[in-house]
Amino acid sequence: MIQAGTAVWFARHESRLAWRDWLSMMTAGRRARARGVAIGFVAFIIFMHVVAYFVVGPSATAAPDKHTMITITATLLLAWLLMISQAMESMTRAFYARADLDLILASPTAAHKLFAIRISTVALTVAAMALPLAGPFIDMLIWRGGIRWLGAYGIIVAMGTAAAALAVALTVALFRAIGPKRTRLVAQVVAAVIGAAFVIGLQVAAILSYGTLSQASVLRSDGLFALAPDAGSVFWWPAHAVLGEIGPLAGVLIFSFVLLAIAVALVAPRFGEYAVAAAGAENAPTSRAQRRTIFRITSPRRALRRKEWILLRRDPWLVSQTLMQMLYLVPPAILLWRSFQAGGGAVNLLVPVLVMAAGQLSGGLAWLTISGEDAPDLVATAPVPAGFILRAKIEAVLGIIAVIFAPLVAALAIVSPWHALVTGLGVVIAAASATAIQLWFRTQAKRSQFRRRQVSSRVATFAEAFSSIGWAATAAVAAVSLWLAIAPAVFTLALLGGARYLSPRKHA
Amino acid sequence: MIPVPSPALEVRNLVKRFDRPAVDGLDLVVRSGEFYALLGPNGAGKTTTLRMIAGLLRPDAGSIRVTGIDALADPVAAKRVVAWISDEPMIYDKLTPEEYLEFIAGLWSVEPELAQARAQELLEWLGLAAHARERCETFSKGMRQKVALAGALVHDPRLIILDEPLTGLDAGSARQVKSVLRERARAGGTIIMTTHILEVAERMADRIGVIAHGRLVAEGTLDELRQQVGNGANAAIGGDDASGEASLEDTFLALVAQPAQAA
Repeated sequence: MIQAGTAVWFARHESRLAWRDWLSMMTAGRRARARGVAIGFVAFIIFMHVVAYFVVGPSATAAPDKHTMITITATLLLAWLLMISQAMESMTRAFYARADLDLILASPTAAHKLFAIRISTVALTVAAMALPLAGPFIDMLIWRGGIRWLGAYGIIVAMGTAAAALAVALTVALFRAIGPKRTRLVAQVVAAVIGAAFVIGLQVAAILSYGTLSQASVLRSDGLFALAPDAGSVFWWPAHAVLGEIGPLAGVLIFSFVLLAIAVALVAPRFGEYAVAAAGAENAPTSRAQRRTIFRITSPRRALRRKEWILLRRDPWLVSQTLMQMLYLVPPAILLWRSFQAGGGAVNLLVPVLVMAAGQLSGGLAWLTISGEDAPDLVATAPVPAGFILRAKIEAVLGIIAVIFAPLVAALAIVSPWHALVTGLGVVIAAASATAIQLWFRTQAKRSQFRRRQVSSRVATFAEAFSSIGWAATAAVAAVSLWLAIAPAVFTLALLGGARYLSPRKHA
Repeated sequence: MIPVPSPALEVRNLVKRFDRPAVDGLDLVVRSGEFYALLGPNGAGKTTTLRMIAGLLRPDAGSIRVTGIDALADPVAAKRVVAWISDEPMIYDKLTPEEYLEFIAGLWSVEPELAQARAQELLEWLGLAAHARERCETFSKGMRQKVALAGALVHDPRLIILDEPLTGLDAGSARQVKSVLRERARAGGTIIMTTHILEVAERMADRIGVIAHGRLVAEGTLDELRQQVGNGANAAIGGDDASGEASLEDTFLALVAQPAQAA
């Protein structure tokens, strides 16, 4: 029997809550789906192993030279930044989720123990979530290259631990610097930027140096080789650890645990204080009074569009989600800018990137406007014909897509009118498809449930992703040959037909 | 011959089934300018009835006429003269009360100048003028409900439907909401409201309807309801009114007990 109020007791309590929350997310609250989710998970792991076999299999026996070290370190750095991003988001949620805070603080237990567990849980969760993605690659490296690669699992644990420590430090630093009210938004934006920065940085470097979007060209470059530290440097310890060297592995693990211990020791005793401040900030009146609203709206259509645009603009969750997607447009924009100067075939790369981004952005926006309606009864009682509300909401989404992508397509038209035409059509079709999927699978939810949209319907999530990929591929091929584009277009249309067939509103 | 004005609401043989009948052949007439309270135990079919009248649910059978308009044949015309307020305020956290009222005025196609003047008046009336340019996200439940009420009134509806509008409100907010509703009824507006607070129905309503098992089991003024139940009501449900006159609570409990006993 575990004694109540001890760290182990809290750990059991937290792990039970985390497990049930995860299960509920994966099954969208329907326990009957658990078996299907388990089968899908196993299928995903097998699929990832197959992918990993072809992607990293040939590199499993690579010599541990400086080039290998650079590649491994860059991969680890990318994974670590993504982990920090995820840990920051979890940490922000831990601070701002009021849930059981009153209960904990009002109880006669040592709350700092629970908060220490809560911070450690973030480390554990971040590492655990990386495993299904990284595990298959490590397994294939072990299978093809030997047991030495086992050290990579240790490095994932170390990275998760260090990421959680850094996330706590960053979040608390933001709390102190800009106050609890702004921290929530800024932390999310910082998390999104950190997650995307590395990939985008490499792409930008590749474009500026080599005129391509491929990060590999930078990693294999002589310039980076010359800049990198010597082989004996501590900088390569994580890479050495991945390659199975016990000393560096132990060093990296100890370092990460010490970091987390320091973060826990410093933050846990004040966690409750921060959380209370966060809750207080949520309830504080808006400090800056808005300007007086001059009533100008004369039609329901305009009222709905304007309302959607204001809500989207003022939604901090969406800002961070959208920013992430918009950041990925920076490299193609730079590539486009270079194409102005150099001319040439780089524009071929832009077509699928822009189409894909349009599809993904539309999906998120469409969910927010169509399913994420905070006053569904209000708009349903408005004196407008059936379907009017949905049409106005779709216009709001497509209006945003037009504002974002029209300048890029117009710029592309100066370089290549044909590519601009294909991209423009691709953007419209990808955006319309993603919006249609959100229409077919629409539910009634609060906007604040945006994070959960991807678990409300797996079919919708996959259909949205594959539709964007399909239209991006179609546009990429169409830019070269219209006839060849028929095959991916038919495939994507079939995929949309399948999604429509599986949707709960196929008869609506 | 003087033309007889259409009732504000006329519901005939209304039926709605989910897994069981929620509303089962309901007939209801509310006259123009009347304050009508619809009472009933949980699950009696009150909210389902109001949602059908507001156009949020399609009935399985029956008819609904709002100020003479067939709400099922021409829902857009009917919605134009109706406002719906539920116990959960239907507002947007990220909008200010002014922006919210502008949005609703736009949805109901109210002239901007007229809407602005009405909005200002309503915000002052409801004590929200000082918060008119703050986002609703920090508002209390009472303030949110008042914003929702202002939204319902900004398009000057002829029929206001309220489902438990006083739930969770503090005494001050509840008084303000009641005062606005009373004023509205005095000015000729028609109000139909469900409430679990029998005292509110007793004080505010011109007529009270009692619904149970999806049917209207009794209707009238408080005195008429007492008469329907009979003098034995107080004793039958264990009332302790020393005056011997059954309170609305006694009367209500006796009325809702009848169909259950019959069933």
